[in-house]
Amino acid sequence: MRRFGMVAAVGAGLMVLALAVARHPAGAASDGATVTGKVKFVGKAPANPAIDMGEEPKCKAKYTAGPTDPQVLAKAGMLANVFVYVKSGLAADAKFPAPSAPVEIDQSGCLYHPRVFGMMVGQGLAIKNSDGVLHNIKALGKKNRPFNISQPTNMVTQRPGFTVPEVMLPLECNVHGWMHAYVGVLPHPFFATTGEDGAFALKGLPAGTYTIEAWHEKYGLQTATVTVKAGETKTADLTFTAK
Amino acid sequence: MNALLLLTVLLAAQDTAKGRQVYVKWCAGCHGESGDAKGVAQRHMLPQPRDFTGAVYKIRVTATGNLPTDADLMHVIDVGLPGTAMPAWKERLSETERRDVMAYIKSFSSFFADTSQHPQVLTFGSEPSGGDKAAQIGKQFYDSIGCRKCHGLAGRGDGPSAPTLKTDAGEPIFAADLHQNWLFRGGATTEEIYHRLRTGLDGTPMPSFSDLLEQKFLTEEELWRVAQYVRSLSPEKAPEVRDVIHAPQVMGALPTSPDDSAWGKVDTYWFPLVGQIIKKPRWFAPAVTGVWVQAVHNDSAIAMRVSWDDRSQSPDTAWLKYTKRMFDHMVEDDSAAVAPQTWPDQLAVQFPVKLSDGMERPYFLMGASSDPVYQWRWTSAPRHAVAGKARGIERFDSLKVSGGFQGEAVFDKGQWRVVFTRALATADSTSELQFAVGRAIPVAFFAWDGSNGERGGRMAVSTWYFLALDRPTPPGTFISPVIAMVVTLGLGMLVIVRAQRRGGSSGARRA
Repeated sequence: MRRFGMVAAVGAGLMVLALAVARHPAGAASDGATVTGKVKFVGKAPANPAIDMGEEPKCKAKYTAGPTDPQVLAKAGMLANVFVYVKSGLAADAKFPAPSAPVEIDQSGCLYHPRVFGMMVGQGLAIKNSDGVLHNIKALGKKNRPFNISQPTNMVTQRPGFTVPEVMLPLECNVHGWMHAYVGVLPHPFFATTGEDGAFALKGLPAGTYTIEAWHEKYGLQTATVTVKAGETKTADLTFTAK
Repeated sequence: MNALLLLTVLLAAQDTAKGRQVYVKWCAGCHGESGDAKGVAQRHMLPQPRDFTGAVYKIRVTATGNLPTDADLMHVIDVGLPGTAMPAWKERLSETERRDVMAYIKSFSSFFADTSQHPQVLTFGSEPSGGDKAAQIGKQFYDSIGCRKCHGLAGRGDGPSAPTLKTDAGEPIFAADLHQNWLFRGGATTEEIYHRLRTGLDGTPMPSFSDLLEQKFLTEEELWRVAQYVRSLSPEKAPEVRDVIHAPQVMGALPTSPDDSAWGKVDTYWFPLVGQIIKKPRWFAPAVTGVWVQAVHNDSAIAMRVSWDDRSQSPDTAWLKYTKRMFDHMVEDDSAAVAPQTWPDQLAVQFPVKLSDGMERPYFLMGASSDPVYQWRWTSAPRHAVAGKARGIERFDSLKVSGGFQGEAVFDKGQWRVVFTRALATADSTSELQFAVGRAIPVAFFAWDGSNGERGGRMAVSTWYFLALDRPTPPGTFISPVIAMVVTLGLGMLVIVRAQRRGGSSGARRA
């Protein structure tokens, strides 16, 4: 009984450790600098296109209002689903090991969750189908090899991920032509996707001067340059303007 | 060792240099000087030529996303890609030339030089013995793994997702019509179909189903059953084109409905159609690949059933974006861009206005102003059929209905079936063909898929063939040979018997 308790305690300890590791990307310096900021949006956001899910009642049932394709998520002057990452400024010989845990992308309600995300070169990709309807998942890499697999039911497929950096690499479903996701594949862990509040934080950066790039699927790119000392936190806001 | 390496490098270099010569001469017209598919012919073909710079290939034995093997590339160079503009080169280029050009093609993409790429050749096992139930079981898995989403309930490429399909390059692409295996890019056999299920067709919406085996969602045998089912949808052999449609004479009423069971007993003839590329506006990507034709007559009227596979029951707004993609990717002869519309599906059956005694026929492409043709034209919206005279593609004058002319149509899971009926003889013998029993009647076919952007000269055409209204075979035809055989046999026997008798008597004499 006591032994069992020990095992449980050690197990729990390991889990906490694992979670902690997962939260702090491998390779980030502990006295690292942080670049935080907000991605702002100026102008009127267009209405997102409605999706006709008539062919997929299981997906349609997951929405109370008619489903729309969330291409532009702007609220109170802030823009979500913007991929922000360190484009340049890291030492050429800096190596950052990929986390052992895969990144998960879920297909739910015939949309991808997350729609915009980052992962490291060599990191696994877990593709989940929570819809129980046929999805195919196609990765349209140009620098990376593409792939196209099928998931006819609820399941998780582990893919080895990608071998070289590529920002952004589109994912799509051809059964449901409206389904699009975008993944930024990077050789380092300094990336983030903005939430509804438009906020991002790139933590654990070595001291240096960085070009920060922000990517949005409709509004393209914005960049900022930031210099940080060890342990320092600096703010770099970026702004997209409605077309 | 270094010398050997140098030699290898030199040999490889030599290969690509020679390969370049072959490539520039035979391949660059479509695939482009730099292998990026931007050759002069690019916008005249669909599927568009392969862009070699991405090293994404459809027909492989490797896992999805993997590079093809050299044997994969050689196979496609050797046998071509059915249903596309890519011909078979085996008879035209020597083995060395084909090997060299394959090496050169690989040089367009850095992926082939990337030593971290390890293509995984899949193991396919062998086809499990079929049995009567194989296709039936396969159909269940066809449904459960969602094939119908694109390929449709009956496999004619008319699934709900079909109008949205595009390749990685954004070109429009049809889900394969599984009833026409002779047009399958990767080959028509059950084994080849199974390979495509396992590898997927990279660069297209067709995914790989290999993961489902690893995840134990399906067994290999079950996936083979899907291949067996798909194979069972097409005829045993690719249809051969026969020049003469024989319309047997039947007693009593003709089958005027497209689904009359009487059609099941009538011979079916296949006529391939191709894009109209003679007169502007030309059309390089027709959707209708051919028509199945049957005809019967009863000595006073004729009924002809024309069936063809069509993924869309046009007009259908669901296909508008597809139509637009067609226009974006295909050469248009119009000076200004045309907005996609919901055009109807159409079919035309063409005859001469009069039967001539010689072999002269009007110009196959709807006649000419001085030499008209007689046509039956059917359209899906408003759904009706008219008879009329065409004087070239541009001019069609409909005639008043006579001879009880009518056309009745059904659309059923990706197939149109239209039955035309008319009296053999009509009052207007100057404008309308008078059908005659026992004559060779020239006939040609035209089809339009409105959702594919087809209208007017943008259509699929056939050449002239013949229709023969057969007379019932007189009973004598069957009896005379039998009588002749009996008489011959009898006479023969008589000769033998007489000879034996003579022999017998002579023997007796000897004794």
